[in-house]
Amino acid sequence: MTTRSRPADTAGGLWTVLAWLAGLLFFLPVLWMVLTGFKREVDAASNPPSWFFSPALDGYRQVFDRDLLPYLLNSMTASVVSTLLVLVLATPAAYALSIRPVERWRDVLFFFISTKMLPVVAALLPIYLLVKQVGMLDNIWTMVVLYTAMNLPLAVWMMRSFLLEVPTALIEAAAMDGASLLVTIRRILLPIVAPGLAATALICFIFSWNEFFFAVNLTATRAGTAPIFLVGFVTSEGLFLARLCAAATIVSLPVVLAGWIAQKQLVRGLSMGAVK
Amino acid sequence: MTTTITTGTGAAPRPTVRPTRPDRAQRWSRRAPLLPALVFAIVVTQLPFLFTLYLSTQSWNALRPGSREFTGLANYGQVLTDDRLRAALVNTVVLTASSVILSVLLGLGLAVLLDRRFPGRGIVRTLLITPFLVMPMAAALLWKHAIYNPSYGLLNGIFGGSTDWVSAYPMTSVVTALVWQWTPFMMLIILAGLQGQSLETLEAARVDGAGPWQIFTRVTLPYLRPYLELGALLGSIYLVQTFDAVFTITQGGPGSATTNLPYEIYLTTFRKFEYGEAAAAGVVAVIGTIVVATLALRVLSSLFRMEDPR
Repeated sequence: MTTRSRPADTAGGLWTVLAWLAGLLFFLPVLWMVLTGFKREVDAASNPPSWFFSPALDGYRQVFDRDLLPYLLNSMTASVVSTLLVLVLATPAAYALSIRPVERWRDVLFFFISTKMLPVVAALLPIYLLVKQVGMLDNIWTMVVLYTAMNLPLAVWMMRSFLLEVPTALIEAAAMDGASLLVTIRRILLPIVAPGLAATALICFIFSWNEFFFAVNLTATRAGTAPIFLVGFVTSEGLFLARLCAAATIVSLPVVLAGWIAQKQLVRGLSMGAVK
Repeated sequence: MTTTITTGTGAAPRPTVRPTRPDRAQRWSRRAPLLPALVFAIVVTQLPFLFTLYLSTQSWNALRPGSREFTGLANYGQVLTDDRLRAALVNTVVLTASSVILSVLLGLGLAVLLDRRFPGRGIVRTLLITPFLVMPMAAALLWKHAIYNPSYGLLNGIFGGSTDWVSAYPMTSVVTALVWQWTPFMMLIILAGLQGQSLETLEAARVDGAGPWQIFTRVTLPYLRPYLELGALLGSIYLVQTFDAVFTITQGGPGSATTNLPYEIYLTTFRKFEYGEAAAAGVVAVIGTIVVATLALRVLSSLFRMEDPR
């Protein structure tokens, strides 16, 4: 971390207050969500909203009564399996675009990112009809394939930026020593790009976990993922805010925690490896 | 922590590992690791599009079985003269542009605030990135029901009154929720840029008698430009496809005031079941995207060509 020693003065104090206020303001809705999750439905719908209340677990109890677990399990399957698939496909591809580049690697790289720019809505109808034709609607493996395709371009770009950091001299030295490709990969490449693999996995996991558009159109009761579960909480009658907030807190928690822990990898991942 | 925009596509391929004249077998051994990913990407993302092209020439409403027939370009005529679609296009531009611009500006402000040491900086940074980590669907539901709700929402709870925020200011409601989610993203990228700025340059500017504001506008902002562009570009790629927030907060309404292209095509497909028209609208959206994306890719390639500044 760069040390930045600037003269501490009253202006500095003002900036500190300002920064804290901004942080709290942005966090306020999240705090409100967590608080509301611990209210009873009547307290959650009080007018004006109450900041002080006796905490209750009614909301959480109802969330689990509604069979949250299958949805979480679906989300886990779709996110984890697609993330693994993405890494398996993207890492060799990134290798062929960086360390031992194919001709026209630049075009290939831009082809990948251009698939990320295509509007997903344009692909929805054909995908829906094809998936329906082969009887794979409401099937979690359909989501695995789609999420793999969705995250592949990001992963290729990211892994490439990590592989470019491997010093050329190291690879040459290994070749000089007569190390085979597998040994080079295991002994030299893997240790250096391991943090990169972790950062890539984090980003792929986040995007698959949060995906809603394909999930809402291609799944129903059997393969529904966490965001689908959330939508089911909104009813036109009766009070639902407390249990909705409890559910929203639970399904957001995995990504929030992962993001908090891996803040530095997050920056690198979100910028596709462009910002270290 | 050193921060740079890395040499990406612009980096010259490593000379030592590139033989002068690769023969056929060797070319294929180079391509082999790339092929699985490339084939997968083509099959899953390009083939559906060909199918869309075919569907766009069909008159096909799924509610009328047996009604399917070839109509040539009639669907395109329908789509291009449709007022709803034109409105959706305008809404998409407004929604994307305002969300991106606002979140970049706010992100810049927050990044500047966080670029100095102060007690609890790590905590404030953690608080600030949280909105981006909350599941977008959870965030949309939270804004709609816990914040904007006229009778028990947080906004009216704090400021009083009984404004129905979503009906009164539909576009602003959607944009606010999106800006809340995307400002942390912009802040992270810009902050990384700020922290890579060389202190000597700043010091030199100070010695030359430049005030803080002058230093910011003349030195820091030009230096940050690639980071601002990168944030805006990536933000646009995601925000132009906004679906969750519209679906949840306004359902595209009132009327079609907040219906953007993704939501409009979704409605045509799964509410009106006009498959042919939906496909044609999809093709139009893709062509529009290609035009914009060509520009975006040019920006991207110049960004990734950035050399390490030190």
